Amino acid sequence: MAAEPVKRITDIGPPNFEKFLHPVIKKNYGLWKYHDNLAPGVLCHVAESGDKIFTVRAASPRLLSTTTIRQFADLAEKYCGGYLRFTSRNNVEFLLDNQANIEPLKKELLALGFPVGGTNNAISNIVHTQGWVHCHSSATDASGIVKSVMDALCDRFTHEDLPAKLRIALACCLNMCGAVHCSDIAILGVHRKPPKIKHDILPKVCEVPTLIASCPTGAIRPATVDGKQSVEVVEEQCMFCANCYTVCPAMPLNDPENDGISIWVGGKVSNARSAPKFSKLAIPFIPNEPPRWPGVVDAVVNIVEVYAKNAKKFERMGEWIERIGWPKFFELTGIPFTKYHIDDFRLAGTTYARSTHIRF
Amino acid sequence: MADEKVQTKLLDELEKGPWPSFVKEIKKARKVSPVCDDLLGQLELSYEEKVGHWKHGGIVGVMGYGGGVIGRYSDLPEKFPNVAHFHTMRINQPSGWFYTSNALRTLCDIWDRHGSGLTNMHGSTGDIVFLGTKTDELEPCFKELTEAGFDLGGSGSCMRTPSACVGKARCEWACYDTMKMCNDITHQYQDELHRPPFPYKFKFKFSGCPNDCVASIARADLSVIGTWKDDIQQNDAEVAAYAAKGLDVQDDVCGRCPTKCMKWDGKKLTINNRECVRCMHCINAMPKALAPGKERGATLLIGAKAPIVQGALLSSVLVPFVPADELMDTIKELISRVWDFWDEYGKNRERVGELIQRVGMGNFLDAIGLDPVPEMITAPRDNPYIYFKDEA
Repeated sequence: MAAEPVKRITDIGPPNFEKFLHPVIKKNYGLWKYHDNLAPGVLCHVAESGDKIFTVRAASPRLLSTTTIRQFADLAEKYCGGYLRFTSRNNVEFLLDNQANIEPLKKELLALGFPVGGTNNAISNIVHTQGWVHCHSSATDASGIVKSVMDALCDRFTHEDLPAKLRIALACCLNMCGAVHCSDIAILGVHRKPPKIKHDILPKVCEVPTLIASCPTGAIRPATVDGKQSVEVVEEQCMFCANCYTVCPAMPLNDPENDGISIWVGGKVSNARSAPKFSKLAIPFIPNEPPRWPGVVDAVVNIVEVYAKNAKKFERMGEWIERIGWPKFFELTGIPFTKYHIDDFRLAGTTYARSTHIRF
Repeated sequence: MADEKVQTKLLDELEKGPWPSFVKEIKKARKVSPVCDDLLGQLELSYEEKVGHWKHGGIVGVMGYGGGVIGRYSDLPEKFPNVAHFHTMRINQPSGWFYTSNALRTLCDIWDRHGSGLTNMHGSTGDIVFLGTKTDELEPCFKELTEAGFDLGGSGSCMRTPSACVGKARCEWACYDTMKMCNDITHQYQDELHRPPFPYKFKFKFSGCPNDCVASIARADLSVIGTWKDDIQQNDAEVAAYAAKGLDVQDDVCGRCPTKCMKWDGKKLTINNRECVRCMHCINAMPKALAPGKERGATLLIGAKAPIVQGALLSSVLVPFVPADELMDTIKELISRVWDFWDEYGKNRERVGELIQRVGMGNFLDAIGLDPVPEMITAPRDNPYIYFKDEA
């Protein structure tokens, strides 16, 4: 008789988090009383029981080799019984019950090249996408821009001296993996030329009705090209969203000279004080400038520094701009205001100034 | 030597500076897998040419699953044969991204045997991302993962891997157990996660308080955001201590309150809790002195998404308050009705938020059997074009 086939394990879901919790966390789960911010990147949570758990937060490039993850594991074993976690902004956090271990851990992290910070009124890590490292639809790189921008803003990660927290995010195309559209500063890859239709392969690799339906402005129409079924693009209706390329590989928009980066400001997801809001356009286009992206770095640093100098305590970027008004924002940052800043998509009128409330 | 194989003149510039370098990470992983040489080579070329070199994904995966693996192929397979296939595996993270060093080592060992040695900790949706492997390695890698207690996450038109903030594990503001809710919902809907049944993706995100640390309101089709109904818990001695230490309670706390519901007379803080909108500002400013109330639960909001296709949306209020102990049952009941309606009426690649925009919130509420309440809107309609129904 044939051997009983080994049962294939499927649908087990994620491992239960409880087995990964530090004993102090397990004991005080749901029983935390308050927290203190001991230093940039160092938190102390105090439970009703009086127990304390210390957190040391360090930067990560998000793209991590298994070698580095094992280094984090080594440090966790040396200083905190092997317990660690990652944050929603891709920082790594070590969870300690012994306060005396904080300084030696920080020292080792710094020696390995991982700055400690990102808490309270600091810039936290930049949430970002795959870019040229691993994505087919990117209009720019992701990791390289993040690295270049954070090299310039590293002190803002390791110090908590901004008016409020400041969240930067990067998406390498309009698909926006991550909450880029609600960030204090969003760095967004954009195309500026319509798709170059590959009529030879289109009927083989794409479903034409799905392709036509994918266009938010109805710019794609059926067409017969050289006797074959294909599509045409009404180019003046194209706003380069690349949704057609997402559903059809025969519609590439990539263009080395015309792809680049736009900068958006003033979004937030937190409900603190004002309601969550979208980021708004600050700079429509900066060319791709690998390897160090000086145009993007200068633009972001400028916005951060003008904000840091002018905003009041507890004012997020968007709250500061709402107080001073957009004309003042463009004046203070020196960013030119253009016709591209005025919305012309759906519900565009909601952003037109419909009052005489003007600051002179 | 591996190091001499590829010239990375441009990428080497990204090894300089104080922020941790992803180029260094890729170079470290060369010891694990030779594919990293070709990855560096192709990336260097992208840096020279200012254009990506990955093709559209093909359909690859593990047996019986319709998602969890993103097919990725180089458009220069002759030049970079080791990344001709370079697929991503999404591994469902534990709630709150907590690990032991042993669990991380297990994951690293599996990935070193079957892939590039490169990861994202974590992907935007929350999964552990194993970055780069060949089609033949998918099934053996999956086998080792499941034997170690890990499973794949979601991709395509499925329930995407849910995620949660740190919640009750390490936050005094958690108004419900985000990590347990995330874990339980993920287990409840394994079929919807692994075998895409929907018109498009569907995301759950669980935040324990209105600070919304997982950006639920911006990204989740169903945003579950903790809140409370009763009064803010207040410790007057600690309020005074903050003031004594230099916090300007009048300007920086009361002055920033969105409803101006609090007063500071120099000694005592008085909060009119009936006018408080639970924004968290005063609590954030004085965590030792103030805390969310004791009658805790969550607000359910629906429909957030990024711009593709019809424009970005934030989630909007669906149920103003669900007590924490009724949350699981309420979500399950509600989501089955939402999914039924979306299945029936959603167009291909139409997120639930876009469907609501298309059919109107009123019709959507009728369809899922919820009564309209004024907490759902910022203001009643200001246009008189009303689709009155014949109610006779």
